[in-house]
Amino acid sequence: MTTINVNNQIINVDAEPDTPLLWVLRDHLGMTGTKFGCGMALCGACTVHIDGAATRSCVLPLSAVAGKSITTIEGLSKDRSHAVQMAWLEIDVPQCGYCQSGQIMSAVALLKTNPKPDDADIDAAMSGNICRCGTYPRIRKAIHRAAELLDQSVAK
Amino acid sequence: MKPADDLTRRDFLNAAATVGSGLVLALTLPGSRAISSSTADTGATAPAGRATAQINAWLKIARDNSITVIVDRSEMGQGVYTALPMLLAEELDINIDVVRLEAAPVGDAYINPGNGGQVTGTSNSVQDAWEKLRMAGATARTMLVAAAAQRWHIDPAQCQVKNGTVVGPQGKVFTYGELADAAAKLPVPKDVKLKPRTAFQIIGKSRLRLDTPAKIDGSAEFGMDVKLPGMLHAVLAQSPVLGGKVKSLDSSAAEKMPGVRKVMTTSSGVLVAADHFWQALKARGALLITWDAGPNARLDNATIHALLKTTAAAGPGLSARNDGHVDDALKSAKQQLSAAYYLPLLAHATMEPMNCTADVKANGCDLYVGTQVQQIAQTTAATAAGLPPAQVRVFTTLIGGGFGRRLDIDFIPAAVEASKALGVPVKVIWTREDDMTHDTYRPPAYEEVSGGLDAEGKLIAWKLHITSPSITARMFPPVKGVDDSVIEAAVNNLYDVPNLAVSYSRQEIGIDVGYMRSVSHAPNVFVIESFMDEMATLAGKNPYDFRLQQLAKKPRQRRVLQAAAERAAWGKAPAGRYQGIALMEGYTTHVAQVTEISIVDGVIKVHKITCVVDCGQMVNPRIVESQIESGIVFGLSAALWGEVTLVGGRVQQTNFNNYRLLRNNELPELDVHLLDSDAAPGGIGEAGVPLVAPSLCNAIFAATGKRLRSLPISAHPLSKA
Repeated sequence: MTTINVNNQIINVDAEPDTPLLWVLRDHLGMTGTKFGCGMALCGACTVHIDGAATRSCVLPLSAVAGKSITTIEGLSKDRSHAVQMAWLEIDVPQCGYCQSGQIMSAVALLKTNPKPDDADIDAAMSGNICRCGTYPRIRKAIHRAAELLDQSVAK
Repeated sequence: MKPADDLTRRDFLNAAATVGSGLVLALTLPGSRAISSSTADTGATAPAGRATAQINAWLKIARDNSITVIVDRSEMGQGVYTALPMLLAEELDINIDVVRLEAAPVGDAYINPGNGGQVTGTSNSVQDAWEKLRMAGATARTMLVAAAAQRWHIDPAQCQVKNGTVVGPQGKVFTYGELADAAAKLPVPKDVKLKPRTAFQIIGKSRLRLDTPAKIDGSAEFGMDVKLPGMLHAVLAQSPVLGGKVKSLDSSAAEKMPGVRKVMTTSSGVLVAADHFWQALKARGALLITWDAGPNARLDNATIHALLKTTAAAGPGLSARNDGHVDDALKSAKQQLSAAYYLPLLAHATMEPMNCTADVKANGCDLYVGTQVQQIAQTTAATAAGLPPAQVRVFTTLIGGGFGRRLDIDFIPAAVEASKALGVPVKVIWTREDDMTHDTYRPPAYEEVSGGLDAEGKLIAWKLHITSPSITARMFPPVKGVDDSVIEAAVNNLYDVPNLAVSYSRQEIGIDVGYMRSVSHAPNVFVIESFMDEMATLAGKNPYDFRLQQLAKKPRQRRVLQAAAERAAWGKAPAGRYQGIALMEGYTTHVAQVTEISIVDGVIKVHKITCVVDCGQMVNPRIVESQIESGIVFGLSAALWGEVTLVGGRVQQTNFNNYRLLRNNELPELDVHLLDSDAAPGGIGEAGVPLVAPSLCNAIFAATGKRLRSLPISAHPLSKA
């Protein structure tokens, strides 16, 4: 039994310690918003936050996250009200949508450390997330827009 | 993916008619929920037994006024879950922001005549739905009005519709929900008139996709995400050599591993079912399998290339188009040029690897799958389950990338066989490596082309001979004569050339090839648009002017080409930058593209792609724009790096580290410009792909004087010739 904190809930998981966090979330906890894309940390579809940092969950064993604070796409907000989600909606980013949980989690982590990223910052932070549909132009726009929304909410 | 001839198509339609349920069943995934377009609605499942009237195959209206649109094309990113409901809503006058969406079951009403079945492909979903779904909305509206008029004992002409209600004289109002039961019982009117374009309120206006909310909070349910009570997770060990078979299996170690419930040999390979995916995957690693490699044990890229070349040399093949007298014209031409082009195998590499969930019971099978072919999925599952097709229900999930891969059904049988054997639902998941090494690859093509110029430098002769495997012969056999899916774009060559011949030699290569986004257009248009530049150079003309001179009778094509040249400042590239131009017509959409690059120390950088599109009338321009961008990114990955290689029948590419896809930081500036048009709607899902490679290679020629006649670009050194 391993105890983890997922989206501010303490959960005991009965899985082999080498099970990647991705499959703990998907199979054991039924949280399927985090996606399986490559299994080798090459595509970013499985991105979650571990103690606030964007992390690929497909290669991260359960044993490594005991006691850590994990945030998934499901825990970002209750009602799609996170600034990044609002920007994603406004710019209408997704196409097939499969990679978008990972894109959003990477973007949220970027904006936490860099609230005003320029295009080069976005390239550097987002190049680990593949989108086969090619939503990249809109992802870039949406991150800039999310930065504005966050700035406005801070100004209030 | 059209069946190759009328006989085949008729047979397919007949087959479809017998397997179709006839009844329209509106089903959502058990345990899940319909997609809600409302950003406020958190997506609660409709209360069981809520009184709902089925007005027609695409529309249900509940007494509480909730409206469900049934979408009969698969949503894989191209926007059908938005565009198709918009068409229906235009005539029905409803608030599209609160409609619910359901994936259509298998049914005759949902057949796409352009594809010969219930198929999402050939970029024709909007073309197919354009009148059909507006008519569905208009007949429903007429029936709702008639029901209201009956209750009020007045002439329907005294009623009008407004935002989900019928309004009568003296402000009398019925909601659609109050009328739905009565309306559903009325005869379907035959003489319904559709709104003219000038009266459109919804069509043609950009609006938010209805599937976006579910795709930004993790709630969107793809095939990968299906959960059923008691479901086991399974992985497959497939022959590492394509086409090989299991010779012997020792599963004793695997069977003892935690969570493993069953190891069995299926028609697709050895399947390991376990309580959880990770357990199944680990146990797969403990299987001891010897494989009979089969006929492809010596297959590699050199043998494939040689095979196609040998067949090409054996004769001109079957004629697909023959205008004028091309051989005479080539002989008498003032100048003549010939070249051979080669296109590699490509992988679809959808972000969501192949998967399928089956629940086989004694009296039926439920299939949960991201598929582009519901009927074929149904008959495939029926065969695997030993059930009549009518006892298989197909629940189409959202699709994490289709690109034609999910027109195939090779990921379905193992799930059905395992569920039948185990008596519980089974989800089979392919890993990325399984997906990459067991794709149905875009076929390779060897294309020989000749052109002739007259004394004024006009193109008077064009001869193209394509040698390639047939996709359709495997998927919709038999193919008698040429396979459209291989030569269609070459046959539809849009330039005015008096002597023009296209022929096809079919040469299979021993492995399955499949339809891939823009099918014949990417390979054919690469050759056509590259060779047009070669002929322009031979004529001593600017490639843009050379194309225009061959388009005297094609105003629509001229317009997109001119608009692209103007927007991209053709001929005025900054110092150190080089441009390439290309033009095509496909899916009744016209596209022109200018690509601007630089090459420094042999390294190419793509700076900007300008793309002008005339796709006729648009339903949702914002989706059109995103699809063109999407196609460009897809085409750019393929042009720069796309190549699947085989050694001893084994695919060498396994994951995204050795099958490279474009990333955010590699994106050039994209300028997509959509032209206004009154023409009938054209397709947009595939039209953005084909021009990337030729415009890029034409720019490389401008920069280096080197003509690339094969892809990918990364296989060629790019120093100056």
